[in-house]
Amino acid sequence: MRPVDFDYTSPSTLDEAVRSLVDGGDDATVIGGGQSLLPVLRLRMADPDLLVDLRCVPELRQVREDGDHVVIGAMASHHVVAHDPLIAAHAGVLGQAAASVGDPQIRYRGTIGGALAHADPAGDIAPAVLALDGVIELTGPAGPRSVPAAEFFHGPFTTDVHEGEVLTAVRIAKHTGWGMRYEKFSQVAQSWAIVAVAAAVRLEGGGVADVRLGLANMGQTPMRAQAAESALTGLSLDEDALREAAARAGEGTSPAVDAAGTAEYRRHLSGVLAGRAVVAAVQAAG
Amino acid sequence: MTTTSPPPDETAEHVPEVGRARLRREDRRALTGQTRWTDDMTLPGMVHLSVLRSPVAHATITALDTADAVAAPGVVGVWTGEDLPEQGAMPTAWTVSDDMRTPPYLPVSVGAVKHVGDIVAVVAATSKTAADDALALIDVDYDELPVVIDPVAAKQEGSPLVHPDLGTNVCATWGMDSVALGTGGDAAAAIREAEADPDQVVVRRTLRQNRITPAYIEPRSIVVDPTAEQVTMWSATQVPHIVRILMAMTQPIEEHELRVVAPDVGGGFGGKLQFTREEALVLLVARRLRVPCKYTESRSESMQSSHHARDQVQELTLAARRDGTITALDVDLTADMGAYLGILTAGIPLLGGFMFNGIYRIPAYSFHCTDVFTNKTMTDAYRGAGKPEATFGIERMMDELAVELDLDPIEVRRRNWIRPEEFPYATVAGLTYDSGNYDQATDRALEMFGYDGLRAEQARRRESGDPVQLGIGVCTFVELSGLAPSRVLGGLNYGSGGWEHSTIRMLPTGKVEVVAGTTSHGQGHATAFSQIVADELGIPYDDIILISGDTASAHKGMDTYGSRSLVVGGMAIVGAARKVVDKAKPIAAHLLEANVDDLEFVRGRFSVKGTTSGVTIQEIMLSTWLAHDLPEGLEPNLDADYTFDPENFSFPTGTHLAAVEVDTQTGRVTVRDYVCVQDVGVLVNPMIVDGQVHGGLTQGIAQALYEEIQYSDEGQLTTGTLADYLVPAAPDVLRYRTDTTVTEATTNTLGVKAVGETGATAAPPAIVNGVLDALRPLGVTDITMPCTPLKVWTALHEASAHTDEGAVTA
Repeated sequence: MRPVDFDYTSPSTLDEAVRSLVDGGDDATVIGGGQSLLPVLRLRMADPDLLVDLRCVPELRQVREDGDHVVIGAMASHHVVAHDPLIAAHAGVLGQAAASVGDPQIRYRGTIGGALAHADPAGDIAPAVLALDGVIELTGPAGPRSVPAAEFFHGPFTTDVHEGEVLTAVRIAKHTGWGMRYEKFSQVAQSWAIVAVAAAVRLEGGGVADVRLGLANMGQTPMRAQAAESALTGLSLDEDALREAAARAGEGTSPAVDAAGTAEYRRHLSGVLAGRAVVAAVQAAG
Repeated sequence: MTTTSPPPDETAEHVPEVGRARLRREDRRALTGQTRWTDDMTLPGMVHLSVLRSPVAHATITALDTADAVAAPGVVGVWTGEDLPEQGAMPTAWTVSDDMRTPPYLPVSVGAVKHVGDIVAVVAATSKTAADDALALIDVDYDELPVVIDPVAAKQEGSPLVHPDLGTNVCATWGMDSVALGTGGDAAAAIREAEADPDQVVVRRTLRQNRITPAYIEPRSIVVDPTAEQVTMWSATQVPHIVRILMAMTQPIEEHELRVVAPDVGGGFGGKLQFTREEALVLLVARRLRVPCKYTESRSESMQSSHHARDQVQELTLAARRDGTITALDVDLTADMGAYLGILTAGIPLLGGFMFNGIYRIPAYSFHCTDVFTNKTMTDAYRGAGKPEATFGIERMMDELAVELDLDPIEVRRRNWIRPEEFPYATVAGLTYDSGNYDQATDRALEMFGYDGLRAEQARRRESGDPVQLGIGVCTFVELSGLAPSRVLGGLNYGSGGWEHSTIRMLPTGKVEVVAGTTSHGQGHATAFSQIVADELGIPYDDIILISGDTASAHKGMDTYGSRSLVVGGMAIVGAARKVVDKAKPIAAHLLEANVDDLEFVRGRFSVKGTTSGVTIQEIMLSTWLAHDLPEGLEPNLDADYTFDPENFSFPTGTHLAAVEVDTQTGRVTVRDYVCVQDVGVLVNPMIVDGQVHGGLTQGIAQALYEEIQYSDEGQLTTGTLADYLVPAAPDVLRYRTDTTVTEATTNTLGVKAVGETGATAAPPAIVNGVLDALRPLGVTDITMPCTPLKVWTALHEASAHTDEGAVTA
């Protein structure tokens, strides 16, 4: 199918983008790389009157250092995120997750901000941002504001982005010295994860000092694996013990049920993958 | 002619074209985006069509209002089935039995819909967007009816009926057995005997062939230009000639009024071996509007309306002596037709009937098939068409027999397969295999694979309880290729012959046009056929061009499917080339002032035996065109055509070995190594053979691991996009290790056996046998395809629960 007719604007500043969105109201939608939106439009599952394209707003493409933080512009492509040295050094799991998105064509087009705003519970970017305890930066008619990633996702494909707001960046504290790993389990390379686990681990005194686990496809939103995180915190580096604690990743989740997995299978799988991710992250940190 | 060409330099080494791994000449255009697909065509005044498809699986249409759509901006016309009284019934070309039931099947359905995606109306508009917009304005009331999805359930008394007027869901039944064929004993009696005989075993299994779809990369597209004397249809089809004749036989147009062109076509795999209702309705609308019309399906439409394939339930019974020697095989199939019959739908399972015996000496055989209707998209040909299903059945059973008898799976096969000295071999299914050497291919494959080393590794991993278990999958196969001897098709009541045609046009400047009745959609015909003609005529490869895929220029042909282009089409080309040489000979004799009987033709040059006097074919081409000095009474024409009707099929074979790792924690199956040694006869172009094998293996492995068309109980297609229907891409493909052994086909002078369908045929049982070989010690006895992580993990989970229970009760 072809999308229904819509108007299109391509502002060159953030202010202009916000104004266009405010003017367009309910019927305006932001387009980033279009890798999620265009299929939805073509299937006529959405019929916005106005697309506000952010491709000509230069500052949204930047990946920059800001003191103890790395700030990644919303329009940075998955390809850029996967290859950026700043991200590799301080937020490696996000780079790994970005490298696993779709296929090369999608990674050149798709953007990190678009992936977060789309809020697909099976998406790769959000679990990594959750494992890094990132902060989502937004700008709207009332000016800029920030939302912790942990509070950003409200439900499947719904987020804390208000009408008229643009997701501008993701701010991540430098996780220097942490070990990280993105474990994605999909049937073919370009399919969505059945389950994925993003792990970030900080070691201290021969044990796990800090650990965060982000999960994909384990519920209505991307989420943290809190039971497993608690069980892991303070453990020594015995692999079997780490795996056993990580196996609790599925506790308290209500994962999707579809042809690729039952809830029981996904809970089991999340535990196995969390174990693998944590062990690999510990090795990377060591 | 005042001069004759000098003799060739006898010291120069002559490298024949046949056998050279030439790069494909078609690939430059394909790789640089210069191909011209049907959807790329734009004609003056062209309008665009969109099709309204049923969202429900089975319903009576109680009201259908198109008024709002007709009035919508840009809309040129809207037609329901009732608005097109001239539309003719879509044909099926294969009436498999006298009692076969053929349901009504029109380009646009009237009064009822039988599956999701069934066509309800068509819109023509000045843009594709306007046509799509108007679809939403058509008001349809569906009175939903009960649905049947499972083919076995469809056979039961009391099942909802897909076509109530037929009174049953059974489309046809068809059988064959070795007593009636005179090829062997009574299978039922032999099985009864085996059951009573302590020295024999009887293995019974029910196997499932998953429903899959060809998933060609270029969606089907059709452009019809009705503005000239002859109507032209461009279609992304494998079969322009078949489309032309079937259109003429069923729709309001005569054969001579229609030209069908298959321009560049992006894959088919049998999925474009069809005369489609979309082709018919674009023609109908174009003739009404008298302007060019285009319709291109979306991927979603392709998933729900282009034909699917496989979907069989196989009840198999194999009897054997305890030494592994097979004594009987019985096959009882239930084959899912879907809701309608495409051109070959009902006959696809029959093709398998001839191949369930595989490469084995089986003394008694019976085959019975029930074709049934369900509220799903129709099935039809897909790479192998019936034969992959049969190969899966017998090769899974050979492994089951090996397990039952505690024999090595290679050994049990070796004890049964036809020995090299037994060829030509008359099989229990009534065919004659011309040549083969299964020992040679298997021995080579075992050596490449490192079979014994892998068995040792497997034992170690079992011993240590490794969470990743290793399985070895075996498949030794034979394929029925080179469709087909026309007389055999006649015996099967198939609605056409199986011959193929070629014309060779000799141009005055020494160049050659090869016109072929087969049509390429990725096979590399232009390269391979030019290689053959270069050797036959002694004309440089680069001086030869292929013309095909257009009924105006290649007027006669049976098109491309069933691994026939080389085996049948290549022979037509050889026949035409040899006729050219025969026509050139008297002219050469005239020019050389020699006797015809004294001439020999070697590498493009006629010479008088024992002399240096000679003339090249190119010189004769020019002389013939000039026609200044030809023998009395000879037409000035070297062109020749030839129609080749094969006497037999061809039988490519081979041995496939897969090393698969199964992660018992996640259920993931990883193919670690895949070795296949195939015997496809003489190789015309080894690189093209490799490409065919690699592509076929990838599709076969995908059937085993990833792909399945699924419907809900309500008949909704739940795998309607490529996000749900998982097709492997480059990162999912491993580095296959292939080799060939060559026993020349004796049924054609090229010695070729065909290769197109072999990989897709042999890979599914090799993979599933490997998965089960890995997991049997853990209590898993079967997993239906595709062996997804969920299914593998669930099977392991259930087996271990079962074992635990057993342990408790013991």
